[in-house]
Amino acid sequence: MSDLPRSLTQTPRPAIIRPLHPILATSWRLGKGIMTIYDPAPGQQVFGPALPGYDDLQGCIRCGRCLPVCPTYGETQLEMFSPRGRLSLLRAVEDGKLALTPGVEAHLYHCLDCRACNTVCPPGVHIGELILAGRRAVEEKYPRSPVIRFMLTQVLTGAERAEILSAPLRAVQAGRLDRFGAWLLGPLPLLGPKLRELVEFAPRIGKPIRREIAATTPAKGAQRHRVAFFLGCMMNVVMPDVSRATLRVLTAAGCEVITPRGQACCGAPQDDQAMLDLSRDMARKNIALFEPHLDDVEAIVTDCAGCSAALKEYAEWLHDDADWAGRARRFSAKVRDVTEWLDGVWPAERALRRAPITATYHDPCHLANCQNVRTQPRRLLGRVEGLELRLLPDSHPVRCCGSAGIYNLTHTPMALGLLDKKMADVAATGAALVVSANPGCLLQLSWGQRRSRQPIEIKHVVQVLDESLAE
Amino acid sequence: MDKNTLAELRQALGADRVSAAPEDLATYAYDGTWLETQPDVVVHPQTTEHVAAVLRIADARRIPVVPRGSATGLAGAAVPVPGSICLNMARMNRILDISTADTLAVTQPGVITYDLQRAVEKLGLFYPPDPASVYQCTVGGNVATNAGGPRCLKYGVTGDYVLGLHVVLAGGHVLRLGGRTIKDVAGYDLKRLFIGSEGTLGVVTEITVRLIPKPTAQLTALAGFPRLADACQAVGAILQAGVIPLVTELMDRATTKAVEDFKHLGLALDVEAHLLVAVDGDADLVQREIAIVADILRRSGARDVRQAKSAEESEALWEARRSISPAIARLARNKLGEDITVPRSKIPKMVARLHDISQANDIPIVVYGHIGDGNLHPTLLCDRRDGAIMQRAAKAAGELLGAAVALGGTLTGEHGIGVFKRDHIHEGLDANALAYMTGVKALFDPHGIMNPGKKLPAA
Repeated sequence: MSDLPRSLTQTPRPAIIRPLHPILATSWRLGKGIMTIYDPAPGQQVFGPALPGYDDLQGCIRCGRCLPVCPTYGETQLEMFSPRGRLSLLRAVEDGKLALTPGVEAHLYHCLDCRACNTVCPPGVHIGELILAGRRAVEEKYPRSPVIRFMLTQVLTGAERAEILSAPLRAVQAGRLDRFGAWLLGPLPLLGPKLRELVEFAPRIGKPIRREIAATTPAKGAQRHRVAFFLGCMMNVVMPDVSRATLRVLTAAGCEVITPRGQACCGAPQDDQAMLDLSRDMARKNIALFEPHLDDVEAIVTDCAGCSAALKEYAEWLHDDADWAGRARRFSAKVRDVTEWLDGVWPAERALRRAPITATYHDPCHLANCQNVRTQPRRLLGRVEGLELRLLPDSHPVRCCGSAGIYNLTHTPMALGLLDKKMADVAATGAALVVSANPGCLLQLSWGQRRSRQPIEIKHVVQVLDESLAE
Repeated sequence: MDKNTLAELRQALGADRVSAAPEDLATYAYDGTWLETQPDVVVHPQTTEHVAAVLRIADARRIPVVPRGSATGLAGAAVPVPGSICLNMARMNRILDISTADTLAVTQPGVITYDLQRAVEKLGLFYPPDPASVYQCTVGGNVATNAGGPRCLKYGVTGDYVLGLHVVLAGGHVLRLGGRTIKDVAGYDLKRLFIGSEGTLGVVTEITVRLIPKPTAQLTALAGFPRLADACQAVGAILQAGVIPLVTELMDRATTKAVEDFKHLGLALDVEAHLLVAVDGDADLVQREIAIVADILRRSGARDVRQAKSAEESEALWEARRSISPAIARLARNKLGEDITVPRSKIPKMVARLHDISQANDIPIVVYGHIGDGNLHPTLLCDRRDGAIMQRAAKAAGELLGAAVALGGTLTGEHGIGVFKRDHIHEGLDANALAYMTGVKALFDPHGIMNPGKKLPAA
């Protein structure tokens, strides 16, 4: 190098890392510090052996493919709000590099549990499930708030309980006392706007359907199939008219519907909020209830996508319970979302017709991302003469509308950001009707309709079919 | 990080753009490799002025700065160094202008490459650079690594599309380089220095890229070759026939088997290689060209030539290529993806050497790549939990880099040097060139705060 200009050979050199080893050395010396390759060290598990699997966390190759499909990352562009970031937090805790802080808990609960990440992960890591397992581990140290615990242990435990305990709210709404209260307290700082928001969002409690449903509802015309019906808590209390439509449509499609009494909640809300013991108990209760009918029915059908996803997951929830694993597998194998079931059995001669309308379909995350049921509801809607279906952007994997169980109540600003984005997408399609298949999404979209004042209707797939049944 | 520095950063950027919580530091400690080092602070700038403020503060205090897009890199370039400021560029994610009149786009560096592609395609325009991480990587990261992808034989690499850059240097000085014209010989072409500089010279805050009209059609052919060398010769023959293919993707036997086990596409397992060739252009042109391609493939010794007649059939053939990454991810606990490039004529020799290296070190290596441009991705299957396997993988990786250079190739076609290949760089570059590079680094970054220890060898 002696023939090089002095200015080059004598320039001050930048800080340089000294290699300790050739390529793939485990550390590089760098100025004052050392840069290391992350070294997996099983045995340092802070969480205890079962939750979440250390090996499973290792499955993340940190490629970042989950970032662009994660709604909360999309809103923030912050790694802590991404699937890759959440798994890294869990791993950092297990590695002993990070304490199990309230901050970790907060980040785990920023997740919508929409499972969009699961659908694109190249090595197929079950990211959503790992985050829920992380919540379960955190729960031991930081229990959920008393309000949430009360809701999930006392109210949302089954259609019946939800019905009884929501009766007061129904009375209040019937007397318009909620609006009066919001008007009265509206001028208060902080509380006022929050209350108005809550009243605006709160679902109208309808007349519950549970007691109307006969143990056996006969098929209309020739009976072709027999199915069992699972009635979700939300469907019974908040959307009973949708379930009424479901029964009409099922029977119109030639299905005899049996509805066992005494159903428990599917367990999804509890599973989402780290109350795994409770959700597993509910699973066992429902399996035992439906078991005597399993041989007589072709499917267990429900019109709540959150429920159908959970019922299908029973096999996974109970896979390490020796007494229940086999029974859970048999149960889950029969579960069909109503859109999935109807698409399979719809009689070709059963015409569907309605006045011309442009519509768009919003995939519920728990139907599309969890169950990969995407084409079936669209194909069903495609059967409706007069209905023109337009594609909503970001449908595969679907971008969550922000409902996400109780997320819109616990994380309202994030949920509203996502909702406004969704409503802008809806407006761009020019559709007059937004169709979905899950009570949470339908409520959220209705809220969005009120916020954006768009002249649109929000309906469940079965409502559209019900209205289009040509006699 | 000391309180004064934090206070100064918060003062300059606003408190909500500065993260020092332990959870935040833990999630900014990595990229797409196994490297992991927590920064002392993460900053989330949203304007060129924010970036300039950070680099002014850092330079005055001699604090290392490591810029980062989506942190998807495979060489460790975006992993923080000890005691550093992590500069998260992901929030500078606005497309500032798409001009159909000038056929160019002006974008901030945090825009996702796929989002830029989608935005320009709505106007009938095309931004060709297409790295495998296109859905998650950023345009800024692509500039910093001069990212390529499978389409480079026909359309070139990221740097071939950059017309102008705004760059912030250590100390906070802003350079405006190039602009909105294709021809520009006023002064030295400094912007080229920053393309592929892996964050060691400065931070790009605005990028002007050239666009081209969007080809309207694409067709694909897929063929199995009993002899891998024939597949390489076929690519040369296709070029000689006057067709520049959009992609020429090679899969060796092990890759084919992994894809077949994963997706059951009916690929032959008794051939040495599969070759996927796609052409693009207008509808008439692609029909004519794919027929020429299929004919050459058959005459070059291919078996089972599948020629798509429609876009749908093309999609089905692409499934094989798209399945490579998830298929390989399922083969082993971990993988080490290399990215050597050799002259196209040397590919058969290189693949043979790779098989020898695989056997000698008892490390399975699957090979696929963009053979039109000579860029191979030998992927070493390993398990980070097993130290003995990792040592053998390290040795195999070192040997294959040496083999590529010996055949007239280079250490990295598109991943970059980062940390992983830094200590091999003298194998690939001559000493004088390296000395000038070190001089360039010192000129732009006299205090050595910009991503120190990356890209250039230890002194």
